[in-house]
Amino acid sequence: MTVGATPTSWYLALSAILFAIGTVGVLTRRNLIVIFMAVELLLNAVNLSFVALARSLGSMDGQVIVFFVMAVAAAEAAVGLAIMLQLYRIRDTINADEVTVLRW
Amino acid sequence: MSIPLFLVLAALTVASALTVIIHRNPIYSALGLVSTLFLLAVLFLGLDAQMVAVLQIIVYAGAIVVLFLFVIMLLNLQVEERSSAAPPLIGAAALGGLAMGGLVILAIVRTQFGAPVPVHAGFGGTEALAERLFTVYLLPFELTSLLLLVAIVGAVVVGRKRA
Repeated sequence: MTVGATPTSWYLALSAILFAIGTVGVLTRRNLIVIFMAVELLLNAVNLSFVALARSLGSMDGQVIVFFVMAVAAAEAAVGLAIMLQLYRIRDTINADEVTVLRW
Repeated sequence: MSIPLFLVLAALTVASALTVIIHRNPIYSALGLVSTLFLLAVLFLGLDAQMVAVLQIIVYAGAIVVLFLFVIMLLNLQVEERSSAAPPLIGAAALGGLAMGGLVILAIVRTQFGAPVPVHAGFGGTEALAERLFTVYLLPFELTSLLLLVAIVGAVVVGRKRA
């Protein structure tokens, strides 16, 4: 593919829009799994910024960071979903409003 | 990537991202997430990040979303009566999200980005990525393996059945 005709700022704007959508998802949804998916959206929005800027600057470093973000996301998903499974076994719900054991 | 193609992909990406947070059935949310991740992989291809695009499909769309679907199926989640917060909170969150997105876009518009630097043919390929990964980023790379090991052990310990 040739040097992008689409300006870098457009990619960054798309990334900002995706990040905003993910934030609204985290704030409004009450299902813990959907909140988790919104967090994945946030991570991916940032990945898009990294890749766009890596291309713009001609440096591979941004893409290497995306590699690490993916590894962290995988670890986070494994542990987080295990916690949710256990929570569902104990409390029979994964509604964020009803799981308030850590709130005082 | 040409501008019309980018606009079509961007519109589809935003639409699938909205599906993730709006749909009340978690399965549809997960499918919206898959579609978002695939479209982002296509955008990565347009940005000369072939290796990252392939990783995105294999690791994200392949492994992570399947994990999500597994848990959703295991918990047998139905469409919930009250899957969202109270309307005033939703309005406030939407407003806050819009404000944040607008602020970042404003900052982007006011920043001058130079034209993309021409890159050599192997940019974004396996070799270029591995060359950085195993020289400059060798220590973080090794620490990643430790992180994944801890995550696996943690997931097993947390997920096992209590006696």
